[in-house]
Amino acid sequence: MSRRTLVVLLTAAAALALGACGSSNSSGGSATKTVTLVTHDSFAISKPVMRAFTRQTGWKVRILKNGDAGVALNQVILTKNAPLGDVMFGVDNTFLTRALSENVFARYRAAGIEAIPRALRLDPTNHATPIDFGDVCVNADRKYFSEHHLEIPKTLDDLTQSQYRDLLVVENPATSSPGLAFVAATVARFGTAWPQYWDRLRANGVKAVDGWEQAYNGEFSGAGGGKGDRPLVVSYASSPPAEVYFADPPPTTAPTVSLDDTCFRQVEFAGVLRGAAHPDGARALVDFMLTRRFQSDMPLQMFVNPAVPGTPLPAVFTKFATIPADPFTLSPARIGHDRAGWIDEWTARVLR
Amino acid sequence: MRAFGPRVARGLLVAVPLGFLAIFFLWPVGAILGRGLRTGGSLDLRSLAEVWRDPSLRHVLWFTVVQAVLSTIATLAVALPATAVLSRFQFRGRGLVIALLTMPFVLPTVVVGTAFRSLGLSGSLTAIITAHVFFNVAIAVRVVGEAWRALDPAEEDAAQSLGAGPILTFTAVTLPALRPAIVAASSIVFLFCFTSFGVILILGGPRFATIETEIYRQTAQLLDLHTAAALSIVQLVAVVAALLVAGAMTSRVRTSTRLPVRRPPPTSRRSQLLLALGLLPATVLVTVPLGDLVIRSLANGAAGYSHLTSTPIGAPGSPLQAIATSIKVACVATVIAVALGLALAHALTRPGRRVGIARVAELLVLLPLGVSAVTVGFGFLIVFDTPPLDLRTSWWIIPIAHALVALPFVVRTTVPVLRAIDPRQRETAAMLGAGPAQVWRTVDLPIVAHAAKVAAGFAAAISLGEFGATLFIVRPETTTVPVAIYRFLSRPGVTNVDQAMALATILMVLTGVVAVVAERGSRIEARS
Repeated sequence: MSRRTLVVLLTAAAALALGACGSSNSSGGSATKTVTLVTHDSFAISKPVMRAFTRQTGWKVRILKNGDAGVALNQVILTKNAPLGDVMFGVDNTFLTRALSENVFARYRAAGIEAIPRALRLDPTNHATPIDFGDVCVNADRKYFSEHHLEIPKTLDDLTQSQYRDLLVVENPATSSPGLAFVAATVARFGTAWPQYWDRLRANGVKAVDGWEQAYNGEFSGAGGGKGDRPLVVSYASSPPAEVYFADPPPTTAPTVSLDDTCFRQVEFAGVLRGAAHPDGARALVDFMLTRRFQSDMPLQMFVNPAVPGTPLPAVFTKFATIPADPFTLSPARIGHDRAGWIDEWTARVLR
Repeated sequence: MRAFGPRVARGLLVAVPLGFLAIFFLWPVGAILGRGLRTGGSLDLRSLAEVWRDPSLRHVLWFTVVQAVLSTIATLAVALPATAVLSRFQFRGRGLVIALLTMPFVLPTVVVGTAFRSLGLSGSLTAIITAHVFFNVAIAVRVVGEAWRALDPAEEDAAQSLGAGPILTFTAVTLPALRPAIVAASSIVFLFCFTSFGVILILGGPRFATIETEIYRQTAQLLDLHTAAALSIVQLVAVVAALLVAGAMTSRVRTSTRLPVRRPPPTSRRSQLLLALGLLPATVLVTVPLGDLVIRSLANGAAGYSHLTSTPIGAPGSPLQAIATSIKVACVATVIAVALGLALAHALTRPGRRVGIARVAELLVLLPLGVSAVTVGFGFLIVFDTPPLDLRTSWWIIPIAHALVALPFVVRTTVPVLRAIDPRQRETAAMLGAGPAQVWRTVDLPIVAHAAKVAAGFAAAISLGEFGATLFIVRPETTTVPVAIYRFLSRPGVTNVDQAMALATILMVLTGVVAVVAERGSRIEARS
């Protein structure tokens, strides 16, 4: 009896395995040409948009995802002698120098690059093409501040004032990309005195956790799905519209607000991988990423802003998101050079 | 198989699993460590010395060992009483209790983190240890439980009829017989805690660091392969040392076993009280966070579930497809792990096999648990890069990685049971003219079948919940459930959290079903 059950189970599982093998082979499809996109886990794009690309160019797109932006780039660097794919999307300005100095991209001047503002074109050598940008900003829980008759802070300096004691939660720059961006914001604002700013934040009860999810869903009081008790968190300028978009039913005002004077700008790039098996398809895909079709799909898929000015934005973005006029920025070279030092200094100041 | 002759067949039984480990584990890990330890083509061990001299890294190593030891002890303390009563009594709902205790094992840490936080447990050593017990109680219950059920109750009865009290019977008869299984379970739990990653980051917080989180930081964030390789070697040395100690503690105990017998129901008051007391700590510890998750999945009128089925707005891939993918991956991983694990367990327990090889193989099979997922994942990338072995972007790489994690479990569950078979039974069968295959079918299989089914259930559970390795392996768009949950939780907004909780509950139920089915076979068998 038991033996038969085992045999049946194993046979069923083997059949499933073979089925799985079959289906994975068929999805490879050799009839059309396939271009492979390597990217991070947060990449998302609508199916109709990808189908439009295939119709226009004849190239099908295979998407490979792995880990966060840092992991994805490091995998591309490790495999540069035998590239995983043809295009990489998702290197941001905090990692741009590493990507360029490791020489993972082939030079390519994308069609439509002229339209993109100079401020986003951080690679004058045309290896990495800017596709989108977003801002890492302190977010505030509106309800908390109105209930406590407290003014919502505006600037980085405000956050060190005593009425905001024990209200802010930030992410560890060693393990979190918004965490690193926020440290960069303080470096941009205070220059060499940035460590002393963190001393003041620490004295004012700042809390640090390892990742965005713990900070936002765990500690922040303004998150729709969260249970936290701190009304200030390091998140994104696009978090308030996301709170509206991902609520059911959607509220008429956003429960949270992003503080425009605390923002650090992140720019995301794509590039043709050096040694790509299908450089034609790769170039076509990078071009496609700058078209209106792709650009206008990004906001609701990845909650980022399109790099091409004038791209129509969805209503939740025009109503509930602000794009800070004058965010903090640092050159990619500076970030690449100082990153490890900042992390060590921050760890010593804030955690020890 | 006859055509090859028994020696070739026996050789294959060892060669195939060890070959699998060599290709999918030793080679990639060796390659990535080799790259880290070389500068400009020559071996450079300076980073190793630097790591060793760095006081903050020595502190990290110390903390890693301490938290793993404490977590292992706490896990055994909670799990063994439950195992004792689950193995001794047959009662209604026994399968359900086992299923319940198995569920935590598959939950992604990020989900468990939310439950622990809402219970006020985070940012402390207590939170880390409690979470480790929560996750690993199933391992101890499973591995020790299998050996316990296969113990011949006649021996305990004999001791008692000779006048030994229950305590003396336990310490003199039961405990020595269970020692191999307890050591086996402890080694697995220790390895899981030693290389724990999510629990440290999510529930410990930035003040706590283990070797594993440091390796992740150095490899994934800083791409400092030199330091990462040095840390990985320190980790490996520590893991091998711990396993050797464990190996030395397992003397070759011979106990006679038999088919799992139908145990008595707890009829007396005393045995009912014993049952309740034994189950209490483990079930409370597991039920409270699980209950919290289920309740939260039902928040907002169970909106999470309806959002999962209606095409969710802006969702990262279809959640229903993620469930299908997870099941498919789990089936394949289970087949690989059980087939290779049984072959290896069989070869390891044959009398006459050289003890040295067996020891090395047993150690080797556990090593994947002691090596950082990011190291293995990055190793895959640099070795499987030439066709025909360009597996880097293949669908198969995920079930293979899951099988690597599940394999030690299959081996460790079945070896103690097989080792306890009286060799005279096999000799008798052989003398009566049975060939090796027939001996296995008539003597070993009936006894090992139950352990194999339990191991299969657990292998499936491991695959369903596996997240760490999956995250560091390049994946074509095959989203498993844990990955889908992680994606939902990495976006703001209440419907994302609702859907994550709903998916986590579905994953729990799925695991529960697998565990109940795996147990079910044994019930039927016990009745017939």
